[in-house]
Amino acid sequence: MDLKEWFASRRKSREAMQVKQPLTTEEYCALWTQCFQCRELLYTRDLRSNFQVCPKCQYHFRIGADQRIEQLADPDTWQELFGNLMSSDPLGFVDTDTYPNRLIEATRKSGLREAVVTGTCLLQDTKVALSVMDFGHFGGSMGSVVGEKVTRLIEHAVEHELPVIVISSSGGARMQEGILSLMQMAKTSAALQSLHEAKLLFVSILTEPTFGGVTASFAMLGDIIIAEPGARIGFAGRRVIEQTIRQKLPNEFQTAEHLLKHGQVDMVVERTKLKDTLHGLVKFHKRKLVASAKAESREQIAQGKVSSRQTR
Amino acid sequence: MNGKKIVPLEFEQPLLLLAQQIEALEKQLADNPNAELETDIAQLNEQYIHLKRSLYANLRPIDHLAIARHPQRPYTRDYFERWDANWVEMHGDRQGSDDPAMVTGFLQLGDFAVLGVGTQKGRALRDKQQCNFGMPQPEGYRKALRNFHHAEKFGLPIVCLIDTPGAYPGLNAEERNQAQAIALNLRELAGLTVPVVAVVTGEGGSGGALAIGVANRILMLEHSVYSVISPEGCASILWRSGDKVAEACQAMKMTARELFSLGVIDQVIEEPLGGAHHDFDFASQKVKAALIGQLTELTLLSGPSLKDDRHRKFRKMGSFVEAAV
Ligand SMILES: [Zn+2]
Repeated sequence: MDLKEWFASRRKSREAMQVKQPLTTEEYCALWTQCFQCRELLYTRDLRSNFQVCPKCQYHFRIGADQRIEQLADPDTWQELFGNLMSSDPLGFVDTDTYPNRLIEATRKSGLREAVVTGTCLLQDTKVALSVMDFGHFGGSMGSVVGEKVTRLIEHAVEHELPVIVISSSGGARMQEGILSLMQMAKTSAALQSLHEAKLLFVSILTEPTFGGVTASFAMLGDIIIAEPGARIGFAGRRVIEQTIRQKLPNEFQTAEHLLKHGQVDMVVERTKLKDTLHGLVKFHKRKLVASAKAESREQIAQGKVSSRQTR
Repeated sequence: MNGKKIVPLEFEQPLLLLAQQIEALEKQLADNPNAELETDIAQLNEQYIHLKRSLYANLRPIDHLAIARHPQRPYTRDYFERWDANWVEMHGDRQGSDDPAMVTGFLQLGDFAVLGVGTQKGRALRDKQQCNFGMPQPEGYRKALRNFHHAEKFGLPIVCLIDTPGAYPGLNAEERNQAQAIALNLRELAGLTVPVVAVVTGEGGSGGALAIGVANRILMLEHSVYSVISPEGCASILWRSGDKVAEACQAMKMTARELFSLGVIDQVIEEPLGGAHHDFDFASQKVKAALIGQLTELTLLSGPSLKDDRHRKFRKMGSFVEAAV
């Protein structure tokens, strides 16, 4: 297939591109990426340096956990935690293939052990606990390991008094672990209850796509909830809803912008501005914490004076 | 069940056929008494009892599912009424809605004054539609949450009855943030300092069930089921086929006994032979006794211990391998 043909088949009704370089399809793909939304042909290297956001239409390409961390963490400050956790097959689950086979396949495709990567890093010199889900691994589904890693990270944050940032991207619960995957919703939410009690900041970031058991647990429990432009976010999937209510859903339904309109997220932030936004929020709340601690100690001193006067 | 004729399930057909044959022979016997026929009938009756016992002793997961979904199965209101004829229903989420799919109220359970919370499937068609077939809206979960906080304030133990296909998947439900309503219940239930006991009385469907299920003890009626997704949903996603529901039921391990073996639930409650729909009073007494047993133990714990107990319970959930670093 020559390039023109290959490209035309992807663009369909769009005007044909006049690219005549004698490149193979593979070389071509590596060099150029076509925007899914505006169909613009983008130089892959430029796209990467622009956080995988189309400079023309702001389309946010789906990205993996490694790129996320690279975009957010200060250079050389990322320290992975709990990376040694691996899924087992508690139910001996078999559908059209076995669960262990599907796990091997998922790792082969994603290069990851699991659908979430957890650790700590500096965010413009402020230490944070960061958890990043990767849709490229098993559809970002939450099984025991995802639940356990997120829970351990929250516990780590409580112990070390760190703010927590979780970036979600998930199709929902991992059916192959049956009820145990459902219980991860309760486990992570209970850990967040402790974080909440410890009055530590939790920022939840919803990215394309975030659905099901992840949305209905930690992802929606952020003190602050940020969504990425265009991300589809919801509890039930579009098809299920359409079948239930027997009507077509509007196009913008369950998009980040739609959620913003309906009061479900605090803001929609472009990926290129995410790090600055996060840093601002973390710093702002840190200042509040310090301020309240100061006030408390002032009060104690004042009370101390009162009581010492009384005893005299 | 209340003198009404019980609708038989598909897997009960052999039993039904045998009963019909016996009935026919008995009619024959009445018209024309004869000793041989009489012994035949006696033998058939014995066979019937054997068949019935072995049928219910060897149910497949999909048969449990059918019993759990039986349209005549007792629902939350049936239990509440039997436990306390004077129970007082509390309505509404205080934010603009009262979801009939979630029932909340105060009731006396033996010596315990408790908050009762439960999903409600409707009985008559109109009732079913109003209750969305037992699928709560976000407002239903918020109504439950408001009452959880009430129970916390006044030190009331909480009893939750779960029988729902799941949270309602609708346009309005999404726009009013179904996911957040569920998530908040999970977090807030985890933090309560009063005893919480949940019973799956029929279907425990996914996050919509868990939203009133973060309890110190989770009990299940013998034929009830509890799963991360409906078997139909599981079959259509993993097998891409609507007729693999039996396989999905089997693979997910959703029956009470399987979940007890997995250590996810704490107690299996016996049902009358054939299922709770055969005898509401028997079923409600069994559930009541189990609840009182659990509450008697739990009320010995202090508030902070109850919270720790719940945290520990869910902290342990999951199965994974830790590779050497
Ligand atoms: Zn574009």
